[in-house]
Amino acid sequence: MTLTRREALILGAAGSAALMLPLPASAAAFDDAVKAFTGGATPKEGGVTLNAPEIAENGNTVPVSVEAKGASEILILAPENPTPKVATFSFGPLSGGASASTRMRLAKTQDVTAIAKMADGSFAMAKTTVKVTIGGCGG
Amino acid sequence: MISRRDFLQATVAASALWGASGVGNWARLAAQQALTQDKLLAFKPTGNVTLIHITDIHGQMKPIYFREPDTNIGVGAAHGLPPHVTGADFLKLFNIESGTPEAYALTYPDFAALAKSYGRMGGLDRIATVVNAIRAERPQALFLDGGDTWHGSYTVLKTKGQDMVNVMNALKPDAMTSHWEFTLGLDRVKEIVKGLPFPFLGANIFDAEWEEPAYPPYKMFEQNGVNIAVIGQAFPYLPVANPKWMFPGLSFGIRQDRMAQVVEEVKTKGADLVVLLSHNGFDVDRKLAGEVKGIDVILTGHTHDALPEPVRVGKTMLIASGSNGKFISRLDLDVKDKEIKGFSYKLIPIFSDVIAPDKEIAALIDKQRAPYEKDLSEVLAHTDAVLYRRGNFNGTWDDLICNALIEGREADIAMSPGFRWGPSLVPGDAITREDLFNNTAMTYPQAYRSEMTGAQIKAIMEDVADNLFNPDPYYQQGGDMVRMGGMGYAIDVTQPQGKRISKMTLLRNGSAMEADKTYTVAGWASVNEGTEGPAIWDVVEGWLKAKKTVDLAPNTSVQVTGA
Repeated sequence: MTLTRREALILGAAGSAALMLPLPASAAAFDDAVKAFTGGATPKEGGVTLNAPEIAENGNTVPVSVEAKGASEILILAPENPTPKVATFSFGPLSGGASASTRMRLAKTQDVTAIAKMADGSFAMAKTTVKVTIGGCGG
Repeated sequence: MISRRDFLQATVAASALWGASGVGNWARLAAQQALTQDKLLAFKPTGNVTLIHITDIHGQMKPIYFREPDTNIGVGAAHGLPPHVTGADFLKLFNIESGTPEAYALTYPDFAALAKSYGRMGGLDRIATVVNAIRAERPQALFLDGGDTWHGSYTVLKTKGQDMVNVMNALKPDAMTSHWEFTLGLDRVKEIVKGLPFPFLGANIFDAEWEEPAYPPYKMFEQNGVNIAVIGQAFPYLPVANPKWMFPGLSFGIRQDRMAQVVEEVKTKGADLVVLLSHNGFDVDRKLAGEVKGIDVILTGHTHDALPEPVRVGKTMLIASGSNGKFISRLDLDVKDKEIKGFSYKLIPIFSDVIAPDKEIAALIDKQRAPYEKDLSEVLAHTDAVLYRRGNFNGTWDDLICNALIEGREADIAMSPGFRWGPSLVPGDAITREDLFNNTAMTYPQAYRSEMTGAQIKAIMEDVADNLFNPDPYYQQGGDMVRMGGMGYAIDVTQPQGKRISKMTLLRNGSAMEADKTYTVAGWASVNEGTEGPAIWDVVEGWLKAKKTVDLAPNTSVQVTGA
């Protein structure tokens, strides 16, 4: 297994890492999914518009939409889900615009993340917190 | 350099200096000894537009007592800013002397004593008198209702909202928005809305399946040549905070981008003035005003705040008109070249012994109540304590309800939701069935009894605390903290979710609660479909009749830090 960037950083920072808790499986899966999409490049902030509700009305079907002008591909991730990869959208030269929407299931409160592959090969990213609550005490 | 926080505080201070244009009447009024209707309505008219705002009536057609909160903590950028100022600090901020009618109306100190001097507040017949007086002066004035109107009383429950619909229709509002209305059930809402003589607005109400608008987002009005767009915004978290199975297929949310788009649309259609009739809650609206440009006035609601002056964010003016019919707001604006050039504002306190009831509306109210008068007036017990609900952590009404749940349902712990509605009573008052329903009437009243582990109880408390104390207002749902009976705890409001609650203690024996130990919990108003149990009002009525007299020691079971 290859070390992800995040695992490598943690190992590096903790020389005496014996007490360090292992990363949850999904964190590693998230890093793997990002790396597989970007080839290890670090995405820059901005250039992607990610829209999702602040608090999910139903965690089983949360609407999400994404737009990134000039993108050829957009990946949507839910880092805290057992399987973080939600969807990948590809846009050809004949696509009207690089925007898409879908619905996703969220296991719990997390930062939903979108990464876009731009025409010049660079990557852009946006994230937004979607809360999944127990609910029931609004006034 | 001025930090963002300094800037916010400076704008409030600036608003306190707007005295020249009608703001500041409160302090002058306080100096005058006798209250009269003329003095309460005294107003220096300004400009070419008049807005009248009322919100969160919660079914209260008759005058009531309503004690304002002693604790109302602001977090993040809202820390220390109105409406998160209470008691003596509030009086100081707005230059109000203690013991005055204004102090009684707006703050909690000496509530019981001042209630005896100044009496009950509100009443839709008194409100009609004020609205009619303003309309006599300004025939084109817009009267706007911020919602939570068809909810909260015995007669609303029995008539499925028809009592409030009949009386409000007679007051002729120009538009309304909504929240608890939807807990009447979607079919009933559709039935009422079909017959409403004014628009039921909600720019953020969507069909959940197709993501298409489900209700009209705005309505254009014209007043003295000024084009006014009134945009409605329903409570964003209805499907989260209330039972979503009661209004299937609808989606809400803050939808900031949608709001920006609607503001653009009304400007394109020629709006000179953009008014947002909102049920977002004050802090959500304060953030929205900073994020969405072009809204001139936000008539706030939901969080039940009453502020005697507008709060300004950039070019947007925020108005907070209180709850339960205690106040209505009059805002006069001078609109020229699509800008507010001047204004005059007054939060009019509805002192029911001072403002004469409108005879026609008084008769109409009595007509709605007549079939139920005997049930309403039955005395269940008397109280030696002030009974109130409002406040971040506990109130005596919920202490009473929790005691009834623990004893009546044989539970270790009781949970009562942090609702902000529910009028107060003062020592010596009879507790009638009407008073009990004023604090419990709703369409999902089942008092459940279930087993929960200490960890599950903590998870619920952490969840609710984050709805209240998340530093980003867009994640706040606008209720108060869930009231816990039979247990004490400590809360650090500055911590993130999962780390706020500690020192959970079973009050019965003073033992520390354990994460994996099971406790019997009784509560009410679960949002889950199929919840079973007797109605909460039946549990409490039985308990009250057995007690005959209620007295409650001050509740010291919650230790708050970080406020």
